[in-house]
Amino acid sequence: MGVGKQVLLYALLALLGLVFLLPFFWMVSSSLKAPEEIFAPTPQWIPKEIKWSNYYDAMTVMPFGRFIRNSLVVAASVVVGNLLSASLVAYGFAYFRFPLRGPLFILLLATMMLPGQVTMIPIFKLFSYLGWIDTYKPLIVPAFCGPAFFVFLYRQFFLALPRDLFEAAKVDGCSPLRIYWSIVLPLAKPVSITVAIFSFMGAWNDFMGPLIYLTTESKFTLALGLAQFSGQYVSEWHLLMAASVVAVLPCIVLFFVFQRYFIRGIATTGMKG
Amino acid sequence: MKATDRLPPTPPAGAPIRPRPPLLSARRLETLHGYALISPWLIGIVVFLLGPIVASLYLSFCRWNLLQDPVWVGLKNYTTILSGEDKIVKSLAVTIYYTVLAVPLNVVLSILVAVLLNQRLRGMGVFRTVFYLPAVTSGVAVAVLWAWIFSKDYGLLNWALGWVGVPAYGWLSDERLVVPAFVFMALWGIGGNMVIYLAGLQNIPRELYEAAELDGAGATRRFFHVTLPLLTPVIFFNMIMAVIGSFQIFTQAFIMTKGGPNDASMFYMLYLFNNAFRYFKMGYASAMAWILFLIILVLTLIQFAIARKWVYYEYKEPQ
Repeated sequence: MGVGKQVLLYALLALLGLVFLLPFFWMVSSSLKAPEEIFAPTPQWIPKEIKWSNYYDAMTVMPFGRFIRNSLVVAASVVVGNLLSASLVAYGFAYFRFPLRGPLFILLLATMMLPGQVTMIPIFKLFSYLGWIDTYKPLIVPAFCGPAFFVFLYRQFFLALPRDLFEAAKVDGCSPLRIYWSIVLPLAKPVSITVAIFSFMGAWNDFMGPLIYLTTESKFTLALGLAQFSGQYVSEWHLLMAASVVAVLPCIVLFFVFQRYFIRGIATTGMKG
Repeated sequence: MKATDRLPPTPPAGAPIRPRPPLLSARRLETLHGYALISPWLIGIVVFLLGPIVASLYLSFCRWNLLQDPVWVGLKNYTTILSGEDKIVKSLAVTIYYTVLAVPLNVVLSILVAVLLNQRLRGMGVFRTVFYLPAVTSGVAVAVLWAWIFSKDYGLLNWALGWVGVPAYGWLSDERLVVPAFVFMALWGIGGNMVIYLAGLQNIPRELYEAAELDGAGATRRFFHVTLPLLTPVIFFNMIMAVIGSFQIFTQAFIMTKGGPNDASMFYMLYLFNNAFRYFKMGYASAMAWILFLIILVLTLIQFAIARKWVYYEYKEPQ
């Protein structure tokens, strides 16, 4: 490619890249401004006075510290649930023969296409009947039931592993669970990392779930708390942006640390988090 | 009882010792293990899927406010929907308008950016990160950020547009602009699709491009006659997922406009949610959910049917 063309390409990409990053800069910049500056006629990118106090104010005006903790609890539990159940179920599908295995797996694939709204209302009623409303159980328990996407990821990976490993361990008298725990699972670390990342982000950003199941403010997750916040403090944009930065930061950090796994996860399943 | 009673009977002297067959054959054991391992999924399927599907179907023929028992009303919910009770038509129209704008734009832009990035030059990785980054953020925080960006007098968008002489519009307060605003916001997240297309592009063998070049094809020709045809399977899959996804848009509308102004952004999911959890018309909402499912199913089937005409699967590596 000629040098001229290269320069053009870089320029175009740089311009586009800048446009894509602009909202982030804007978010951070607004989060550090004083309220008067937010509503200035011509916006300044670098605030005259960097107000780190906005973050403190945002965190205390509403109990964001607690919201963050709640989100962490839910997200961590969901990650554990997904890792355990998806890998176990995929292990079963990959290495064990049993009647109806084929059709059941096709059923699993089909469930990935069903929009959740069809089952949303009866499930809500079910949880209501169980007395699980306003607890975290509706958000966490389903993760322990082998979610289809992650089962699919694990199973594809397991099928690609050399079967001799499994056979040899079986001949040596290992119980299936032992094989799973000591051989298969450690080998599946890359997939586990991908599953963990997408699980975490899904749970961290989930809004509809907490919205319909949590009613006490002290139990709100960060997403719900932020939504409440934006409804109540409608024009306190400096505080809203500070809270948003905090909400978005873990995902960005996770991305930078685990970039490879993000890309691989998407390429394999078409999931975008 | 003597202690020796518990031992297996001693075979008569001289007879060969036969091992007893195990209680469960290896085959049966494998089946047992298999089912045991997938049991969390099986239980989940029954409790969270099959049961609710049946229940939801039943509920869609009822009137139910969650507190009292459901009251059977037959097809009433469906006839109300199909007869075009005003808001339903509006919310479907809004959702379809959004889908028709968002999906093609998304596909075209993702492919374009992926093509730009598919060069063996230094720094492409950095750009890929930059474009993908927004797709990593989602949910409420992003909605709040964009509500601020779209702000009429102080938002980023109007400030930027001001530089090229565009007057300051109320993106979220103007009926005609609200859906395009949502589409614009969705385009910020094309990074996810871009990465998928990039992977697809990198699967296209260089020999094809070289052959085309030898035959005198310019860059544009190469794109339309080599790149695009070979990308069609990926595009197809992407479009199906994109249509399904765009029919389910909820969080942004809930946070940013609550369906306004004047229901101009009352997406189908938002209206369904309102019916279920604000007006407590759970039977009606269930019917809405089933209609949505049918619409998505029909659209997906149509896409599969047309696929034959434009999706190109024939290419095989030359042996």
